[in-house]
Amino acid sequence: MNEISPIPTTTAKDWASDQEVRWCPGCGDYAVLKAVQRTMPDLGVAREKTVFISGIGCSSRFPYYMASYGFHTIHGRAPAFATGVKLANPELDVWIITGDGDALSIGGNHTMHVLRRNLDCQILLFNNEIYGLTKGQYSPTSRVGTRSPSTPFGSVDRPVTPCMFALGSGARFVARGIDVHKNLPDVLKAAHAHKGASFVEIYQNCVVYNDDVFASFTSRELAADKQLWLKPGEKMLFAGGAKGLALDVEGLCLKVVDGDDPSVIVHDPKNRGIAAMLILMPESFPVALGVIYENPAPTFEAAVMEQNAAAASGKTPDLQALVAKGQTWQVEKEPREL
Amino acid sequence: MATATHLLTDKEATAHPPQEAVVVRFAGDSGDGMQLTGGQFTLSTALAGNDLATFPDFPAEIRAPQGTTFGVSAFQINFGSTAIETAGDQPDVLIAMNPAALKVNADALREGGLIIADEGEFSARNLAKAGYEQNPLEDGSLAKWQVVHFNISQLTLDAVKPFGLGNKEALRCKNMWTLGLALWMFDRDRQPIVDWLKAKFAKAPELAEANIDALNAGHAYGETVEMGAPFKQHHIAAAPAEPGLYRTVTGAEALALGLVAGCQLAGVNMFFGSYPITPASPLLHHLARLKEFGITTFQAEDEIAAICAAIGASYAGQLGITSSSGPGIALKMEAMGLAIMTELPLVVVNSQRGGPSTGLPTKTEQSDLYQAVYGRNGDSPVPVIAARSPADAFECAIEACRIATRYMTPVMLLTDGYIANAAEPWKVPDMSGYAPFPVGYFDIPPAQGEGVMPFARNDDLARPWIKPGTPGLEHRIGGIEKQPGTGNIDYSPAAHQEMTDTRAAKVLGVAGSIPDQDVCIGREGAELAVVGWGSTFGPIHQAVRRALAKGQDVAHVHVRHIWPAPKNLGPLLKGFKRITVPEMNMGQYKTVLRDQYLVDAQSLTKVSGHPFRIAEIEAAIDRALS
Repeated sequence: MNEISPIPTTTAKDWASDQEVRWCPGCGDYAVLKAVQRTMPDLGVAREKTVFISGIGCSSRFPYYMASYGFHTIHGRAPAFATGVKLANPELDVWIITGDGDALSIGGNHTMHVLRRNLDCQILLFNNEIYGLTKGQYSPTSRVGTRSPSTPFGSVDRPVTPCMFALGSGARFVARGIDVHKNLPDVLKAAHAHKGASFVEIYQNCVVYNDDVFASFTSRELAADKQLWLKPGEKMLFAGGAKGLALDVEGLCLKVVDGDDPSVIVHDPKNRGIAAMLILMPESFPVALGVIYENPAPTFEAAVMEQNAAAASGKTPDLQALVAKGQTWQVEKEPREL
Repeated sequence: MATATHLLTDKEATAHPPQEAVVVRFAGDSGDGMQLTGGQFTLSTALAGNDLATFPDFPAEIRAPQGTTFGVSAFQINFGSTAIETAGDQPDVLIAMNPAALKVNADALREGGLIIADEGEFSARNLAKAGYEQNPLEDGSLAKWQVVHFNISQLTLDAVKPFGLGNKEALRCKNMWTLGLALWMFDRDRQPIVDWLKAKFAKAPELAEANIDALNAGHAYGETVEMGAPFKQHHIAAAPAEPGLYRTVTGAEALALGLVAGCQLAGVNMFFGSYPITPASPLLHHLARLKEFGITTFQAEDEIAAICAAIGASYAGQLGITSSSGPGIALKMEAMGLAIMTELPLVVVNSQRGGPSTGLPTKTEQSDLYQAVYGRNGDSPVPVIAARSPADAFECAIEACRIATRYMTPVMLLTDGYIANAAEPWKVPDMSGYAPFPVGYFDIPPAQGEGVMPFARNDDLARPWIKPGTPGLEHRIGGIEKQPGTGNIDYSPAAHQEMTDTRAAKVLGVAGSIPDQDVCIGREGAELAVVGWGSTFGPIHQAVRRALAKGQDVAHVHVRHIWPAPKNLGPLLKGFKRITVPEMNMGQYKTVLRDQYLVDAQSLTKVSGHPFRIAEIEAAIDRALS
């Protein structure tokens, strides 16, 4: 039915718009932008069929820098716009670009619903644990005690864990990446390959207001010990294979064991219980990265289209018949003339 | 009232009041099925060829405590052999199913009017709940009315006895017994109701039969019992109407049909995003069943998501429509600003209700006019149009779709709780008489070396509609101020000034494609113009008719296009000596008229949750001319 036109081969450069990028020098957003532009040519998608949709915040300027279609919307609402776009034209490849404030504070509701509905889209949440564009206030992912212009004595409210929020909302794909890490394109590819709402939390460094907030696991010295890159079907190993994760059956939690311990578990992305444990690992553990959970389900737009088609099948859209529906009566001539 | 369907003789038009019209109010507990009874009585009235207007008046609570005054639900219908424009100032007949219904509604009844009461419900307990110390059916306190009472509850129980229903279920047939009686009183055919009951209870035939027996019993009771003078059969002749096919239509139905028609005429699929709210939800319910017309309905997680999804769909090439009532519209305003800024077509329907805040969810008001015209941050004009009646909502919905797509702009369509729920006979329109206004998507890529111009302008100052998916036209839009033409981010003083001016000029330019303002009745340059908008049309029209019959020099001007106004509205208004603006708010349109035309418009305001009575406007006309 659909005309299949060959998708032209592109390079990263083809995906860069002519607009001057206006993030602070050294911002992690540059690295994510590059990673996305580098990934797009490998996805086999056409620029005209690709739409980047964002809310408000530093990260939400992202669509202006992509040479695809783009819609910079309002604070927190990108998932709702994306839902309308995708329902109107399911053939479009939709990416939502958002931040910790945009997706989890003002837009928390929409994030929850786009995930539970399972709209086919990629959601890249740039988490820098701070409000950048409004000059440094604490965010819903800021750790307790974060000092900011609005919390000069330190924040007192506990942060939300983005991936746990996603999992709890019914997300069928939950992944993590790091702005400058070489693995980010692989995470993006996996997110794109997943049919449904793919939730990707990207740890993104804000050099101005929250510099090095993730250094405890992103710094070069600590990376090996503190990063656990998950691979489906492979053992959960880190520290160069010296350590691994095993299930503490009695405590119903994860524990760190030696890498050669036979109890090291194999990553099964469909296991939601283990996924939750991986997301919630305490500070003494490594940070779980890569695809943490993936368990495909029918997408929202497919279900809507299917129901629309079923409800319309066998019916002719006859406007004249529609307006004349119901109980009608004919006035033959003016009763007054009788 | 039936818009433009009646050919009135002068005598009919000026009858004061029209002799052949009757106003009946059914009132009972919110669980008594009064809305259903009223709805079916309306249908039988329409089928009998009477003109009619209805006013459903129900509490916000789904099932308020039984027998209480705040749980009373009423349905008023005005019908007659002449043109009916309002649901009637005062009922002639009140059917009261319990003491609370009598208590709440008796005072509205005209002196000498008829009360029919179910004495079976006038127990000591129910009397106390309604706040009666003595039984009003016995203490003479209802002397200024004619009262007949019988035990409708017991008569219903007797009628449905053969079906062996439980007491509660059996008493549920009470409304059908009452309807049967009303059908007898006004000489109506029972068959359409019987057919409806059979269809409604297709899965429980014994309930259908019980209800039909109750209906027949009520009818037979009227025929056989000899109650004496006040209780007699009336025959109301058919009303004059242009020949043609008719149906009844509520505002919500007409709106749904008009939006479907508008999208069909535009040749575009509809995306309807909505979040449930009283009294706007019926629109979502109607559209959700019409998928064959290329409609996608989306019940969003909130009001904001509903409009944002609609804007997303418009961006992707469908016509996004969202609908709500005041509180929900307030939530949508930021997103509406984005649609103004990105210049995407969008229709926003506001079924107004009493405000502020939650206000009066089930009562009508016109107090969101400021919100519609002025209610966003920044200079953010949008076209605003207002429907005057259920049938007119059809035309207004088409007009909203036309303006939105032609000018690439959000359009606010105002209706209200009264219009949404009220029913009237509607001459089925001939759709071949409507000129299509097909949308055109822009799909021509720029020449080599030239950029995409998403904010180029045509003669209407509208920008091109470029759907994502169109090769060679990739571009970015957003809420940040932009460079004219390219749409690239541009905060410069010149860009903001030019874009603000252009957005305003574009919306004002809509006046170039709307008809000139006319005078409904009366003469141009009269002593007094009564200027109305929205659902006040009916009472204003009747009041001006009566004033004209009395020889007063009055004219009725009804404005559909609130913003921008028809080009001649200013000069037209300046020609009248005085201007009165009746509104169900504290004077909002009056302010707009004063601001736009420096005319001395005076307000007649009412915010009781009920429509104007004709007499109230007549009195205002007398005052203005004295």
